[in-house]
Amino acid sequence: MHSVDEIEIAGGTIVSLSGGSGQPLIYLHHSISSQGWLPLHDTLAQGYEVHVPDMPGWGRSTRPEWARDVRDIAALMLAWIDAKGIQRPVVVGCGLGGWVAAELAVMMLSRMDQLVLVGAAGLQPRQGTIADQLVIDYNDYLRLGFQDQEMFDQVFGEDPPRETRQLLYDGREMTMRVTFKPWMFRRQLPHLLRNVETPAVVVWGSEDRIVPADCGRQYAEILPNARLEIIEDAGHFLDLERPEVLAGLIRAAALNSVA
Amino acid sequence: MFTGKFVERTFSDPRIKDPNWRAAQRPRSTVDMSVSNREFDSRHAAELYNRYFDEHLYAEEVGFDAIMLNEHHNAPFCMGSQPNIEAAILARITSRVKICMLGNVLPLWDDPLLLAEQLAEIDMISRGRLINGWVRGTGRESVAHTSQPPYNFDRLEEAHDLIQHAWSVPGPFRWEGEHFHFREVNPWVLPYQKPAPAQMAAGLISKNSMEWAARRHYPYVMLATEVGATKAAFEFYKEIAREEGYEAGSQHFGYLVKVHVDESDELAYEVGKNFLGGRSNPFNEGNEGSVKGFMQNPPGYIKRGNLLPTVGADTASGARLPAARAVVTAETDTAAARRAARRSRTYDELVDAGAIIVGSPRTVIAKLKAITDELRMGSIFFWGGEGAMTHEESMRNIRLLGTEVIPALKDYAHEIGVTSPFEVDPGWQSHRFLDQRSEYFHEIDAF
Repeated sequence: MHSVDEIEIAGGTIVSLSGGSGQPLIYLHHSISSQGWLPLHDTLAQGYEVHVPDMPGWGRSTRPEWARDVRDIAALMLAWIDAKGIQRPVVVGCGLGGWVAAELAVMMLSRMDQLVLVGAAGLQPRQGTIADQLVIDYNDYLRLGFQDQEMFDQVFGEDPPRETRQLLYDGREMTMRVTFKPWMFRRQLPHLLRNVETPAVVVWGSEDRIVPADCGRQYAEILPNARLEIIEDAGHFLDLERPEVLAGLIRAAALNSVA
Repeated sequence: MFTGKFVERTFSDPRIKDPNWRAAQRPRSTVDMSVSNREFDSRHAAELYNRYFDEHLYAEEVGFDAIMLNEHHNAPFCMGSQPNIEAAILARITSRVKICMLGNVLPLWDDPLLLAEQLAEIDMISRGRLINGWVRGTGRESVAHTSQPPYNFDRLEEAHDLIQHAWSVPGPFRWEGEHFHFREVNPWVLPYQKPAPAQMAAGLISKNSMEWAARRHYPYVMLATEVGATKAAFEFYKEIAREEGYEAGSQHFGYLVKVHVDESDELAYEVGKNFLGGRSNPFNEGNEGSVKGFMQNPPGYIKRGNLLPTVGADTASGARLPAARAVVTAETDTAAARRAARRSRTYDELVDAGAIIVGSPRTVIAKLKAITDELRMGSIFFWGGEGAMTHEESMRNIRLLGTEVIPALKDYAHEIGVTSPFEVDPGWQSHRFLDQRSEYFHEIDAF
């Protein structure tokens, strides 16, 4: 069970889904757009009040034509958190949404209860490079993000429906409006992350072919209160490929945080 | 009728004649942009560049009105990555032909003022023979120079406006734009043509760029698109022209067409096969190269629904789906379409469809008259000497076009009232855009 909510922020609308009860948890989607209310969200809703917004410019939320930077998206999300009256949330960010979550952590500091970064962009890998969406077919990109090809077929398959394709195309466009040169990272971010005392868990698939695992190691090294969790034999889209394992790690993280 | 010569300046690889080499290349080069520049041979390319200049000079000698230059990057099929360099050379070594840029890929320029200076020098050295043409580039160009696709069209518009201001408004002034910032715009060298050089635009499928051109009275050259769909696209231009308060005429329309003329129909048919023998040219359908569909429409490049009727025109007529024209959008990106796009048309299919015109002068004149009847375009650009054509084959084509086809076509155009932009002013020097100040323009005090 989840409900749909719309809020006006900075002249545009942010649409979000929410369900469950407990501590507020905000889930920030990948660059490929929110795929709606997922099994992961159902699991999390058993212990949290889960919020799944379409970030501004993605899905049903209005595109801020003026936005040029991932920080602009984070600032809009911060305004949304305020407008929703959400206090001390757990913020879970996947891929590009992980980068937004990291920027939010820099902005919110102690007002964020827990940060969970899942295959998050935002930092330049010391080894390897972040996959370039400019030269990879939409479908090939999705496939690249799954280690379990059967799971890929189950979630997307060779021929995703028209609505999914539109989300992929629009998501990629919005992504390239806010990150391009450099691609998927910001050199200032690691310096600012040093201030973030928020308890953080950094989750990575051992076979992530989109954002190199070194980015996870860097997040864990730089954030003062962070722990790195590797999910073996899994790819980049962990929320889609391994929702149960990911939900377990998020719950455990919160318990540790309280302890 | 205004007539131009065009060639992509292909890296026509001599090894293409070797079937073993070709077979070895095939697995690596079936996908667009996968050809590494380790295959580039500088000495061979040097000969080719000089050969293409020899052919340009010959075209001037036999009666062409213009040499058309284009720009691509990371492209074995087009060595014209810096067409303004070639234009500068032509400015000095030719004396009559127009130098027609179709065009400069404006969105790639982070400093369009440098481009304004280059073009002004070309116009000066050629004593006013420059025709500027502005294009958006294909996805390839965005990739090759890491240029942000969602802002491609915005950058074209703003760079164009900046250059026009730089040429026609006395400096110094300040430009504070969305994409470009200059605090002292005051280039000393200005174009020879006043108030600005002749302008054209070119494209395949983008409604945005055709509308943009029509609002500015810029003649629009459709790049070897299917004739029926091209005609429909010209109707769109006419609608915009009416909105702007003028009637678009043949002076506003141009067409690029692949032609090989030779001594006989049989010889022309045989030599024409070389169109498909170039080095991995995705625009030469039927050879070993093909375009990744999604790369024809990089993210945000083409706004939803802003496609001309030339998109998918060939699919309507049957099973033919030329990869180079298959612009993939969220609407069309299905597994079936991806499979279909991998199929290229054969040479005979292309000839039958009129995508390649081959024949004796007599045959070709008849075919081009029919196209002129249909499109009533005031400018035509002949795309030849392409792919694996030899210099000798290319020179025969140029000679027969210049001495037989062009005079006949000009007579015919005159007869049916088709006028060129140099006979009837399309309005490129007088329209209101030259007098309008951009919101980004700011007067500054001299100090």
